[in-house]
Amino acid sequence: MSHLSVNHLLGIKYLTKNDIELILSTAQNFKEVINRPIKKVPSLRDITVANLFFENSTRTKLSFELAQKRLSADVINFSASGSSVKKGETLIDTVNNILAMKVDMIVMRHASAGAAVFLSKKVNSKIINAGDGAHEHPTQALLDAFSIQEKLGSIKGKKIVIVGDILHSRVALSNIFCLQKLGAQVKVCGPQTLIPKFITSLGVEVEPNLRKALEWCDVANMLRIQLERQDIKYFPTLREYTMMYGLNKDMLDSLSKKIVIMHPGPINRGVEITSDVADSKQSIILNQVENGVAVRMAVMFLLAGRQGS
Amino acid sequence: MKPKILLEKDQFDVTIKRLCHQLIEIHNDFKNSALIGLQPRGIFLAHRIKKELETILNIKKINCGELDITFYRDDFRKKELIPTKTNIDFSIEDRNVILIDDVLFTGRTIRAGLDAMLAFGRPKDVELLVLVDRRFSRHVPIQAKYTGMIIDSITSQNVKVEWKETDGKDKVTLLNK
Repeated sequence: MSHLSVNHLLGIKYLTKNDIELILSTAQNFKEVINRPIKKVPSLRDITVANLFFENSTRTKLSFELAQKRLSADVINFSASGSSVKKGETLIDTVNNILAMKVDMIVMRHASAGAAVFLSKKVNSKIINAGDGAHEHPTQALLDAFSIQEKLGSIKGKKIVIVGDILHSRVALSNIFCLQKLGAQVKVCGPQTLIPKFITSLGVEVEPNLRKALEWCDVANMLRIQLERQDIKYFPTLREYTMMYGLNKDMLDSLSKKIVIMHPGPINRGVEITSDVADSKQSIILNQVENGVAVRMAVMFLLAGRQGS
Repeated sequence: MKPKILLEKDQFDVTIKRLCHQLIEIHNDFKNSALIGLQPRGIFLAHRIKKELETILNIKKINCGELDITFYRDDFRKKELIPTKTNIDFSIEDRNVILIDDVLFTGRTIRAGLDAMLAFGRPKDVELLVLVDRRFSRHVPIQAKYTGMIIDSITSQNVKVEWKETDGKDKVTLLNK
């Protein structure tokens, strides 16, 4: 397999196992590239990419931008605040105006689930979903899979628990699809109010007890509590959440095996994990950030390669 | 037309040995020189030359790297290519680098190889060594300094190089499509 089966990266749901493996193996090559003295390759020098961020982002936006620059692509950035979106322009009009300036690829983050899929049907450009509402965040799942594979050698047969706010998390959904396609077992753990009812239909078990979940797993992916998405209270207080679902060093050290700790960022230190856990040797949080650039380079390289095919 | 065998057995070994002696004439003990094989097929020639040089010179380690050029190719949107491994565990800064590939055809691979190599530093000078030079088919002005053999061929023909390590025998064949 030398090419992807899709023309856009809209979600992990739409990828085959071969696609994911191709992206991960290509990312391995790019990881070597970004550790060279000169970290830039000319592959995308004829491509212009627009980063459309209708929602706030720090690391995803930076990571995409760095990946694009490392591939020698021309980059334009757009954020909804201060743009004509505020004047009432529709998504399609905004994007078509940008495409009229001869843009080849669009990286989009949007607050509405399905925005990327919708756009891919309406405009003639390659679309990469950088997060759409509580739906998918495919590049995060790919970089998480890459980081697990790098740390543990393979993903097949590994046990991974996703802890925290599953209900509002696009990272959780993309991770579940991705890890299952690669042959891992996935459990979710969190307060009942933050676990969506449909989750078991995806073949995912729910474990309400954090200690039991951690004893079971090889890798724990600790999600952030997304207070900005919670219009009602899903748990009484943050303190109570931390008592029940926060991971501290004492608990980590008391487990019967050394598990790997991941976090998609940004971390609420002292809420879902304490600082000493985030900075411990078992944590691969900063590796995830480094791998993010390599994985995003791989995705854009492979999608650009499909031009004219 | 039937495939034509260009090199095999003793003739193949003699060619490799001759290339090695030509290299020694210029690079002496290889202290400030390095071999870089271009992926995917040039690495076999690079490793063979390294092994032979180490035997002839009776020295332990000649720097030998593997360089993937996929990200530097000018045809990557025309055909789908899979990147392979790059492994250069030495500095090329101020070294004499010998780029190695099995067949020199249009010269585009070498062009990309030169670009890719420069991401690792600024070598003192760069030379090109190939096993087979298909002359009169160049698209860019690139010539090899060391050549195993020079052949005349047409675009529709293919040169297939086989290696003991991967194919069970050392052999160069001219194929007609």
